[in-house]
Amino acid sequence: MPRPRLRLDMLGYLLRRLVYVVPVAIGVSLICFLLVHIAPGDPLVAVMPIDATAEQEAEMRAAYGFDKPLPVQFGIWLGNAVTGDLGRSIATGRDVATEVTRAVGNTLLLAAAASVIGFPLGLMLGFLAGYLNNTVWDRGITAVAIGGVSTPNYWLGMVLVIIFSVSLGWLPSMGAGPGGSGEWTWDWAHIRHLVLPAVTLAVVPMGIVMRTTRALVADILDQDFVQALEAKGMTRLGILRHVARNAAPTALSVIGLQLGYLLGGSILIETVFNWPGSGYLLSVAILQRDLPTLQGTILVLAMFFVALNLIVDLLQSLIDPRISRA
Amino acid sequence: MTDTTQTAVLPAEAPAAPARGYWGGVWARLRRDPVTLVCGAVLGLLVLSALFAPYIGLHDPYQGSMVSRLKPIGTEGHILGTDELGRDMLARLIYGGRLTLFLGITPVVAAFVIGTTLGLIAGYVGGWANTVIMRTVDVFFAFPSVLLAIAISGALGAGIVNSLVSLTIVFIPPITRVAESVTASVRQLDYVDAARASGAGDFTIVRVHVLGNVMGPIFVYATSLTSVCMIIAAGLSFLGLGVKPPEPEWGLMLNTLRTAIYINPWVAALPGMMIFVTSLCLNLMSDGLRSAMNVRQ
Repeated sequence: MPRPRLRLDMLGYLLRRLVYVVPVAIGVSLICFLLVHIAPGDPLVAVMPIDATAEQEAEMRAAYGFDKPLPVQFGIWLGNAVTGDLGRSIATGRDVATEVTRAVGNTLLLAAAASVIGFPLGLMLGFLAGYLNNTVWDRGITAVAIGGVSTPNYWLGMVLVIIFSVSLGWLPSMGAGPGGSGEWTWDWAHIRHLVLPAVTLAVVPMGIVMRTTRALVADILDQDFVQALEAKGMTRLGILRHVARNAAPTALSVIGLQLGYLLGGSILIETVFNWPGSGYLLSVAILQRDLPTLQGTILVLAMFFVALNLIVDLLQSLIDPRISRA
Repeated sequence: MTDTTQTAVLPAEAPAAPARGYWGGVWARLRRDPVTLVCGAVLGLLVLSALFAPYIGLHDPYQGSMVSRLKPIGTEGHILGTDELGRDMLARLIYGGRLTLFLGITPVVAAFVIGTTLGLIAGYVGGWANTVIMRTVDVFFAFPSVLLAIAISGALGAGIVNSLVSLTIVFIPPITRVAESVTASVRQLDYVDAARASGAGDFTIVRVHVLGNVMGPIFVYATSLTSVCMIIAAGLSFLGLGVKPPEPEWGLMLNTLRTAIYINPWVAALPGMMIFVTSLCLNLMSDGLRSAMNVRQ
C-alpha cells in the first residue's frame, strides 16, 4: 500500500526544505551585515561612539576587521554572530545580544497575545463569510476585514489610547507594567498593559486572515465534490468538516506569514505604547543612529521569521501530503 | 448580458454594440460598481487637492502662531483646528497628501518597472538567470516588509530619497515573484510556440505575447501594494525615518502630534484618519479592479 512510500517522500521533502534554509539564512545575514556598509560615511565611524578613544577605535577596527576585504569581514562578523556576539551598542555600550534577547521575549509575548486575539477571530469570521457568501453577513464581515487591512496600526493604537486611556481611563497606555517595569509577571496589573497593544497589533493580521479564509471557503464550496457530498446526503456539519480540511493548509500558511508580520508590525506598535520589546529597542537605536543595535535586532527578528516559515512549511506538508510529493 | 442593456438605450440606427476590446469590457463592468467609482472619486479629489493646494485659498501650512496652538476642530478660521505649533490643520492635511501620496505611489511604480523586468527575465529565460534572480528574491522574502523597510531606512538615515530607495527595495521581490510565475506559465502556451514557429524573435514574443498577458495581474497586484506602501512610508516618517520636519506629511504629523492627545485628542488623530481613508479607498478600488479585470490571485 502507498503508506510507506508516502513517508519516504515526506522525509525527502523535510530534508530538502531543511537544506534550503541554509542559503536563505546566509543571505539574510549578508543583508544585515551590509546594513552597516550602506550607511553613509565610514563604517568605522558608524559603529563607534562619538567620544571614542584611539584605543576603542583600534579595538573596533579589529573586532569588525574593517581593514580587511569585505568577504573576510563578513566571515568574521558571521562567526561572531553565530557564537552570540552581536557587538556593543554605541549609545549604551551594552552587549547587543543581551539587550536583544531580553527585548525579543517581550515582543514574542505581545505577538502571541495578538495571535490569540486575531487568528481565531479572523478564521471564524472568514469561514462564516465564505459560507454565507453574498449575504448581508458576508458583506458586513468583508467590510470589517477590508477596514482592518487598510488600518495604519500605529494610528489605531493612538485612537485606542485616546478612547480607553485618555477619555475613559480604563486601561494604561504606556509600558509593560506598573511604573514602567520591564519585568513581566502574569498578574492583572501587567495584563492590563498588554490589552491595548495586543488588540492594536491583532487588527491587520485578523483582516488578512478573514479575507483569505472567506475567499478559500467560498471557492471550496463551489467545487464539485461538495455537491457530490450533498447528493450523498451528508449533513451540513459533515460538509463543513470537509471544507475546513481543504482550507487548512492555505489558511495555515497565511497565518504563518502573518505571525512574521506581527514581528515586523510590532515595531511601530511598541513605539506607540513604549512596550519594552525589540521594536522599541529598534526605534531608540534609530533615533540614536546606533547601528550595531539596529543590525543585531534586525538579524534576530529576521532569523525568527526564517525559522517560522520553515515550521509552517513542515506543518503544512504534514497536514497536506500532496505538498511533499510535488 | 451587459450588451443587451447597452443596445437598449442606443438609437435604432446605431450598429448593435460595437465589439469592445478587453479594456472596454473592464470599463463597462467598472461603471456598474458604485463602491469602486466612489473610491476612485475620493482618491481623485485627494490627488487634485494635493496638486492644487497652493491655489485653493488655504492657510500657509508652515506658518504657525504661538497664541493659537492646538485649537479644537471647528475653531473660527481653522475648521479642523491647529497643530502643536499653531499651524492650520486643514492646510497641513491637504499639503500633507502631496508627500504621503508621492511616497506611497513612487516606490510601487519603480518596483513595478524593475520587478516586472526581473520577473520577465527569470520566467522567460529560465535556467541560471531564473536561479540567480529568484533565489535572491527568496532572501528578501525572509524579511517581513515593515522590518526590511525600517532596516534599510535605519541604516541609510532619514530623508525622502532614502525612504524611496528602501520602499522600492521592499516591493521589488513580491512583484518579481508574481511576474515570474505568470511569465513562466504563459511561455508554455501554444500561441507562443506558434509565434516562434512563424519566425518571431524573443524580444517580439515578450513584447507582444508575454507582456500583454503579464501586465494585467501585476498591475492589479501593484495597486493593492500601494496602500501597504503608503502605510509603511507614513510609518517610517512616524518613526522619524522618512520626511523631516517642518514638512507636512501624514505620518510625521501623527508623530509630532502624539504628545497632544491629552490636550486635543481628535485633532491629533486626524492625519491617521487621512491615511486610513486613502488606504481604504485604494484597497476597495484594487478589489473592484480585480473583479472587473477577472484577475484571480
